[in-house]
Amino acid sequence: MLTAIIDYESGNLHSAEKAFQRMAAEVDAGDVVVTSDADIVAKADRLVLPGDGAFPACAAELRGHKGIYDAMVEAVEQKGRPFLGICVGMQLMATTGREYEDTAGLNWVGGDVVKITPQDARLKVPHMGWNDLVIDQPHALLDGVENGQHVYFVHSYHFQVSNPSERIAHVDYAGDITAIIGRDTMVGLQFHPEKSQHVGLRMIGNFLKWAP
Amino acid sequence: MLKTRLIPCLDVADGRVVKGVNFVGLRDAGDPVEAARAYDAAGADEICFLDIHATHENRGTMFDMVRRTAEQCFVPLTVGGGVRTKEDVRALLLSGADKVSFNSAAVARPDVIAESADQFGSQCIVCAIDAKTVGHDEDGEPNKWGIFTHGGRKAALDKDGNPIDAVEFAKLVAAKGAGEILLTSMDRDGTKSGFNLPLTKAISDAVNVPVIASGGVGTLDHLVEGVTKGGASAVLAASIFHFGEFTVQEAKEHMIANGIPMRLQ
Repeated sequence: MLTAIIDYESGNLHSAEKAFQRMAAEVDAGDVVVTSDADIVAKADRLVLPGDGAFPACAAELRGHKGIYDAMVEAVEQKGRPFLGICVGMQLMATTGREYEDTAGLNWVGGDVVKITPQDARLKVPHMGWNDLVIDQPHALLDGVENGQHVYFVHSYHFQVSNPSERIAHVDYAGDITAIIGRDTMVGLQFHPEKSQHVGLRMIGNFLKWAP
Repeated sequence: MLKTRLIPCLDVADGRVVKGVNFVGLRDAGDPVEAARAYDAAGADEICFLDIHATHENRGTMFDMVRRTAEQCFVPLTVGGGVRTKEDVRALLLSGADKVSFNSAAVARPDVIAESADQFGSQCIVCAIDAKTVGHDEDGEPNKWGIFTHGGRKAALDKDGNPIDAVEFAKLVAAKGAGEILLTSMDRDGTKSGFNLPLTKAISDAVNVPVIASGGVGTLDHLVEGVTKGGASAVLAASIFHFGEFTVQEAKEHMIANGIPMRLQ
């Protein structure tokens, strides 16, 4: 079994790599590699797409690495390989990103990524820190994770899903912020599981065991 | 609901914790990685490393320390001290830091914040501001603060020779793309007399990004005031935790008892 964390030069992958390797050892899920090699992306059993920074920049970087991009899309769309997007990697699953300019996403989960505008104007943006999950529907990734457990967020834009059945969990920030999205073999986390202590590690382990 | 963050800060020089950390069960109290692990296990919401010497020669030591910490701690790690360019940011992020903090370099050239935020995103760019009271109102309350650099030793002056106003500077760096402000009161740092609350409130009201209050914590009530009176999104403390006066858990429970939402494990 091989899990590929896709490196398209979108930021720090060291923590993610260590967290996935630790959990892969714990749940006996084989090897985890950080890679920018299209052949490895094509043959991996599971894919992880991280992402930090601005939506248009990440989308451009990802599409600029054409070999990886094509291999990833084929693995997910044609072969149904389990896929996990993290932070901007999750946002890229949307139809459209509306950060600075309108940018097409992968359109794997219908919806737009828009600026966070809390109804309470005193609330700060970015939405930064630990927030408690409100689970909307069951999912294999949430095995052993309870309503009200905390995960670590840092983002200024959020994913508004078109189809409520594709929102797995949200948090409250004077309004709903989508925390987890999912459809078929794809799942996306707005928060950083690799920075969310035992709760995040649990979800990483669940993803590595997931057989959708 | 988003929780207020409690952040222990470790001052590091040449790869060792300065002042030491008095925890039960630490094999090596001077090893920053050990200390960070202990705070992670104790429920810290983030961990902050401040490289207080930050000479060019010890950067390698710092990168190694950050790398080893990131391999073992699964909470966010902020690193500051001697960060001058976006290349410094990149090197620290690649080592495993989640956020990188500018201080003197941002005062000398605020555009370094914009360049770094454009490349790596605001979420990982912190601007540390060291401020000292330079003016009072009629009632003797502090109402004007100047910026200090180089570990608080040097007053930062504008081109007319006046102290750079801390509130205006905070607005400037937030506009440049700093995702967070780490605000230290030089009047209070090390005094254990509590945060400079008028300063914290003035900056927190002036910017829309989160403000971390720092400098002066001596009691658990000080942590509470930083949030309830200062408007801080996070509170940072060093010595009250290092010397075992209070645990992270005790601090959080005290804050919850005073109506502040906190994450408990």
